[in-house]
Amino acid sequence: MGRDGAQPAPLRTHRMDVVRYWGEAVALVAADHPEHARRAAQAVRVEYEVLKPLSDPEEALSDDAPRLHPDGNITRRIKIRRGDQDPHADVVVKGEYEVGMQDQAPLGPESGLAIPDGEGGVDLYIATQWLHVDRDQLAECLGLPPEKVRLTMAGIGGAFGAREDLSMQAHACMLALRCGRPVKMAYSRSESFVGHVHRHPARMRYEHGATRDGKLMYVRARILLDGGAYASSSTAVISNACCFAVGPYECANAAIDGWVVYTNNPPCGAMRGFGSVQNCYAHEAQMDKLAEALGMDPVDVRIRNALETGSSLITGQVIDGPVPVAELLRRVKAMPQPAAAASAHLDLTQMPGGVSNTTHGEAVRRGVGYAVGFKNVGYSEGFNDYSTARVKLSVAGGRPRVEVHTAGAEVGQGLVTVQAQIAGTELGVHDVAVLNADTQVGSSGSSSASRQTYITGGAVKAACEAVRERVLALAVSELSGLGRADSDADESGWRLEHDAIVAADGSTVITLATLLGEEVIEETREFRPRRTARLDAETGQANAHMQFAFAAHRAVVDVDTELGLVKVVELATAQDVGKAINPQAVEGQLEGGAAQGLGLAVMEEIQVKDGVIRNPSFTDYLLPTTLDMPPVRMDILELGDPNAPYGLKGVGEPPTISSGPAIVSAIRSASGRPVNRVPVRPHDLLGV
Amino acid sequence: MKVTFTVNGQRVSADEVWEGESLLYILRERLGLYGSKNACEQGECGSCSVYVDGTLVCACLVLGGQAQGRDIVTVEGIADGHALHPVQQAFVEAGAVQCGFCTPGLIVAAHDLLRHTPEPTTVEIREALAGNICRCTGYAKILDAVHLAAERMAST
Repeated sequence: MGRDGAQPAPLRTHRMDVVRYWGEAVALVAADHPEHARRAAQAVRVEYEVLKPLSDPEEALSDDAPRLHPDGNITRRIKIRRGDQDPHADVVVKGEYEVGMQDQAPLGPESGLAIPDGEGGVDLYIATQWLHVDRDQLAECLGLPPEKVRLTMAGIGGAFGAREDLSMQAHACMLALRCGRPVKMAYSRSESFVGHVHRHPARMRYEHGATRDGKLMYVRARILLDGGAYASSSTAVISNACCFAVGPYECANAAIDGWVVYTNNPPCGAMRGFGSVQNCYAHEAQMDKLAEALGMDPVDVRIRNALETGSSLITGQVIDGPVPVAELLRRVKAMPQPAAAASAHLDLTQMPGGVSNTTHGEAVRRGVGYAVGFKNVGYSEGFNDYSTARVKLSVAGGRPRVEVHTAGAEVGQGLVTVQAQIAGTELGVHDVAVLNADTQVGSSGSSSASRQTYITGGAVKAACEAVRERVLALAVSELSGLGRADSDADESGWRLEHDAIVAADGSTVITLATLLGEEVIEETREFRPRRTARLDAETGQANAHMQFAFAAHRAVVDVDTELGLVKVVELATAQDVGKAINPQAVEGQLEGGAAQGLGLAVMEEIQVKDGVIRNPSFTDYLLPTTLDMPPVRMDILELGDPNAPYGLKGVGEPPTISSGPAIVSAIRSASGRPVNRVPVRPHDLLGV
Repeated sequence: MKVTFTVNGQRVSADEVWEGESLLYILRERLGLYGSKNACEQGECGSCSVYVDGTLVCACLVLGGQAQGRDIVTVEGIADGHALHPVQQAFVEAGAVQCGFCTPGLIVAAHDLLRHTPEPTTVEIREALAGNICRCTGYAKILDAVHLAAERMAST
């Protein structure tokens, strides 16, 4: 069930007569032991009339295709038209590109515990990305008022988009309400592969035109995403894929046509990078082609066309704040490169093929590739986004204590730590507790779109400011009441620091413990980012996004040109994070995000045949290990966005966007092969 | 069936164990030791790494019955009471934990590495931890953590 909620849900909780994909739930079984439940499930007989699956997204567009949903097979169509639709160009390059289906593969499988409350309601303990949207959807599924469905965040286990949609939530609640007993439900890994949405596979056709000196004149692109059997967040993913189709470049003339369609394949939805990952493979391959056609350096041709502050996007939106695209490219290019593998000290782990001992350097060629990408931070196209924070200041055990309560989902990104940092900084209190997220406080929105530090961080900051204002007002009134206020003192210079109110000269005015005594100061605030607008249906023009985040990558790879095996030797990245609220966590996002980019570039693909997933296991779906992931050289810029709390930018997704395209560019350079499809397979590099 | 073994120094037994249950299932569902994680059930991800008679194994690949009479050490047995083991402390300080699901397995695997190889090179760490999948960190901070733990353990 996507954020739009306008389309049929992938998870239906009522009687059904159509199954649209392999893996759709048709019956629920609970037992006192998983093995009993498995055997009971095997005993369920379902009669299917098996139809020919519609598994080709191109075919789904045709008039002859069976209609999988009442409104047809097109989930959303995007048209972007900007500038001259018949422009002249000296040089034209064309290409077709394909991106396979990636899985988020969070290490924690979907699981939860539903406990009936004995009065018709239910409590659900769950790892999710957005507690309140889960609650609202569950209430609808279960036919209960929202207040009868209470959710509490339990465990983490990663997410990366896989926990945006409901998985086992409604099933566990239905069983618990039916049995009148607590029900625990946990997917196996193979169930997890079919039980959540994936990254949309993409087919993209691009044409770039440029002047002889490398100025981009136009881009035409056709982007087709396979959304699978249900909508999930497809409508927003195709919007992103089209809005950012050209990449972070100035392009006065553009015609972008995008479709996301229904098929009988597994449903696709949110994954880190959300539409910008797919198109980056295409626009960056095109920029390399353009550089080659023009005889230009690939970094120079990118810099020549780089967006800057005040540039217009192809959607007509003028971007404000720092836009350091050229700077990021210059920085990754200037970083030192790793030394060539020394044959005297042969280290097999550094060779393509690794400890399989397939080469000692024979036929190994090195390549270097560059890519830059961008995407929106936060929800777009007019979404009414906000987050809620409740902050309470009291005295416990003779010391001030702050409690921060939000529904913001910690999924491993470090939101709990960031909330504690913000509260501790704003209120100058050492003892800060971040309460577990639940639906007993207002919504924080989703842990998606790199938005939580910005939006929920902004809400915590606002609630702290409200608490601080009351503390300072209390201090003024208490101290003047006691006749201690010095009429010469400049109260406007007072601040909260080290559990006390401190004057401008650093002297303690009064400790918070003394000031507050038994008093509790609690404030709740909502934070809202600036509003956005929906894309125009005919032209795709709109101020659709509230913030943009940029990163560039350089990849150095070694390719065994006889076996088609690849070793990524090093990644280097530069990213503007606005302000690094937690520098160590920011580094972790840059490294981890790049690893997922590497995965899609050379390892990870859900293989689907006739709608059936062929490799739903960690044995057959290959994830990067310590032997696959190289060191990441990082240059973190803090250029400060004047519109954002503390000047910060969303950090989590850009590392996953351009890392893979840089690797593929390097593979092309090493192998001399076109490589138009990811993940890159050995036979793609051998022409067999 | 009934299975009796030692876990983290304590004699335990589990009754009415189904023959198909893994050691991991017994640890988590019958003994309440939730530190060992169940992520792949195929021995690919290392999240359920434990010691059986001092050998590092994936608990998901060990049948419950095979634990009979054995000495099991789980991640819960690595710390000394409430004092974190240097490997655990290093993971916290180095930022080697994001979602934390892989962490228990990596702690046990890194602990095992440092028992055999007190001053590992980066290549040795990479090889030793290649059976532990982390989806969040990209491994850099995990390598940092193991180096940090090795330094501290060498100096004490």
